[in-house]
Amino acid sequence: MKLTLKIWRQAGPEAKGKMVTYPLDGIDGDMSFLEMMDILNENLINQGEVPVEFDHDCREGICGSCNMMINGQPHGPQKLTTTCQLHMRKFNDGDTITIEPWRAAAFPVIKDLIVDRSSFDRIQQAGAYVSVNTSGNTQDANSIPIKKADADEAFHSATCIGCGACVAACKNASAMLFTSAKVSQYALLPQGEIEATDRVMNMVRQMDIEGFGNCTNTGACMIECPKGIKLENIARMNREYLKAETLG
Amino acid sequence: MSVLDSKVPKGPLAEKWVNHKNHINLVNPVNKRNIDVIVVGTGLAGGSAAATLAELGYNVKTFCYNDSPRRAHSIAAQGGINAAKNYQGDGDSNYRLFYDTIKGGDYRSREANVHRLAEVSSNIIDQCVAQGVPFAREYGGLLDNRSFGGVLVSRTFYAAGQTGQQLLLGAYSALNRQINRGKVTPFNRHEMLDLVKVDGKARGIIARNLVTGEIERHGAHAVVIASGGYGNVFFLSTNAMGSNVMAAWRTHRRGAYFANPCYTQIHPTCIPVSGEHQSKLTLMSESLRNDGRIWVPKNLEDAKAIREGKLKGVNLKEEDRDYYLERRYPAFGNLVPRDVASRAAKERCDAGYGVNKTGNAVYLDFEASFLRYGKIEALTHGQKDASKEEMIALGKKVIEKKYGNLFDMYRNIADENPYEVPMKIFPAVHYTMGGLWVDYNLQTSIPGCFAAGEANFSDHGANRLGASALMQGLADGYFVLPYTIGDYLADEIGTGAISTETAEFDQAEKDTRARIEKLMNGAGTHSVDYYHKKLGLIMWNKCGMSRNATDLQAAMDEIAELRADFWKNVKVPGTADTKNQELEKAGRVADFLELGELFAKDALERNESCGGHFREEYQTADGEALRDDVNYAYVSAWEYNENPRDAKLHKEELVFENVELKTRSYK
Repeated sequence: MKLTLKIWRQAGPEAKGKMVTYPLDGIDGDMSFLEMMDILNENLINQGEVPVEFDHDCREGICGSCNMMINGQPHGPQKLTTTCQLHMRKFNDGDTITIEPWRAAAFPVIKDLIVDRSSFDRIQQAGAYVSVNTSGNTQDANSIPIKKADADEAFHSATCIGCGACVAACKNASAMLFTSAKVSQYALLPQGEIEATDRVMNMVRQMDIEGFGNCTNTGACMIECPKGIKLENIARMNREYLKAETLG
Repeated sequence: MSVLDSKVPKGPLAEKWVNHKNHINLVNPVNKRNIDVIVVGTGLAGGSAAATLAELGYNVKTFCYNDSPRRAHSIAAQGGINAAKNYQGDGDSNYRLFYDTIKGGDYRSREANVHRLAEVSSNIIDQCVAQGVPFAREYGGLLDNRSFGGVLVSRTFYAAGQTGQQLLLGAYSALNRQINRGKVTPFNRHEMLDLVKVDGKARGIIARNLVTGEIERHGAHAVVIASGGYGNVFFLSTNAMGSNVMAAWRTHRRGAYFANPCYTQIHPTCIPVSGEHQSKLTLMSESLRNDGRIWVPKNLEDAKAIREGKLKGVNLKEEDRDYYLERRYPAFGNLVPRDVASRAAKERCDAGYGVNKTGNAVYLDFEASFLRYGKIEALTHGQKDASKEEMIALGKKVIEKKYGNLFDMYRNIADENPYEVPMKIFPAVHYTMGGLWVDYNLQTSIPGCFAAGEANFSDHGANRLGASALMQGLADGYFVLPYTIGDYLADEIGTGAISTETAEFDQAEKDTRARIEKLMNGAGTHSVDYYHKKLGLIMWNKCGMSRNATDLQAAMDEIAELRADFWKNVKVPGTADTKNQELEKAGRVADFLELGELFAKDALERNESCGGHFREEYQTADGEALRDDVNYAYVSAWEYNENPRDAKLHKEELVFENVELKTRSYK
């Protein structure tokens, strides 16, 4: 199929960016979206131009590296799918596709489609852990029985891949879904109970410091999340936060 | 050639590790504060090692090429992690895990290392649960287990099809805690380009900031390489796009021996190649072989008709199907180890029985399981007279609960519904057992330089069993390296801070800059991918699932020629002082072009078949691998030469005091 691509090009963090149009031919439906980008880049290199830079790594939908805003939707039109798992059969011959980076103050552009998501790391560093040192003498794993339903729910929250689609989808560029998924994982498990107060206070404070917006409950984050992280996580984090604030 | 000393402690097998820990040198807590350690790679091995070293009190710097440690490719491991907990009461023990791993590795690994791995396996599960890793549980609240290939017990702990993700995020959380305490300084989007040695000891690295292009010097009292495997030398593999051998190879160039490069795991159940545009291959978890049956048509005409689209596999009668694994290996059937399953698929496809356009695919069929599970469901729900169709429908729901995410992934990539037609699968490069040679303390042949996880060669011999990579990565990082490194660092307490303003750092930086300059100034004929794909084809066709002397010799010549062409004609656009992904790729491919030749040489030198290394000249009458324990029960550790064909071989003889070397049989 033949496509027209409109892609955000920006030479560096301080440079002014713009949309650039590239025609592309010879794409077939079995290619992934990123394989289509590989072909564009191979063409650009052969024409002596600088290829489009984009983050990607596992190409299996699990590492969370890839992050393209495709026709205004984070990760494109297919539900529950990362950019790398999107296939060209979802598009038609003659389509025009616009491709942009995530847009958020807390995710500054590094180059072209690559943004700096280290703010996500700093939120995790603020409290997303259980303070247990490595030793061969922790108690036997089965001495902490956990209800299957709680374990499954904690697991589901923990499957967030940290791609940032929730922030990109949100009109406020809020990181509530991301932050709350991690808070939820620990809130649902007995291991997380001891440090629950400090954890939620510190993570929320860091989220605010990074410049993410507030949540106005539109739910766009959940709709666009490639892993189906649920809005209930945000409700749970709010409850954890209130509990921490009132009970200390 | 010299004989290498593995430094395996004396004494009975089961007491070696405990005795060793009791007698190695320790560094007191006050002195630890004055010692710096660099960890390159932040996946399961590097992340867990960095976190633990920081907990102990060392100052740690971590390096990874991704934007965050959470993206390391450990995250893609699906199936699970082994541990000899014996929670299922099915007779598991440290000895059985040890024995299965030694046998699965075709008797080409070090007994003492493998036993230590089995010993600490239970601690890993305890540690991860304490951290809040959400493993799968049973209704009683206790941990669940599943079974994997090559073993007869259920010892695999899992978190749906995302075990690697959950374990990596656990290690990442431990790392984050230390970053927050200021004990770990993370250098993300950085790549190690050289190892710096001072007076023969590893004293730091040269790294490139991948955002600004700056070349940086970092000094330390010890350097840990935990940068993963080198499967991407094949271009197409299940590795991440960025996975590379650079840190390990740069270390090798500076004098560390590289062991068993030809031991590669080709995983039997991957989605087949669909066309020339393909950039990577996707694994379908080995756990699917618990319920899927692998087959090809019995008759060549049927296979041809299927390839031409005139016949559908699903319509082929039961008596016209060849369930070749069940036929050849009645004891283990579809759950034979990975190397055996992969070779059997290749054998059938080479004989003309392949079932997709390219002829390189076999069926993985769940129909029998739909019916088997459906029957139980019908009976337990009071439907005594359920029809076959009703039972199949019920069975599909059971399979969906077990493997739903994998079935969805298959449907998305292959554009076929695996609930209606059998999956098509084919083997793909997945894991590399070879790597930097290390002694029992995980120290390479360079003092002060250590290697952990897939980057070292240590525990899997010539073939790795399923769910053992996660186990080894975390064993090395949490429970082995943080203690054995102390034995070395105990002599460094008086050294003081490591200066990077020395002649050695000057020279290493100069070398690095010259290399980048050379890459940027190629004649500009072909892209980096052009060379990487060519290398991959040579590797797959001549150093893949089966090898012979003629092809291996040819591969060495072709790779040497391709490497010369690369350095003359590669085209790297842009500049070196900014983010430049083509330059990053070029540096990695340059190293693969050296490794590939050494790989072929290693395979050529090893005149036997063992595990993932199958030499066509050495097989039994019925096509099974023929090992030569008299002449080849050793580790091949290669000393660097810029012409890899002239690399010098050093041997570590493998001593088996506790297991009897047998022909591996899964029949």
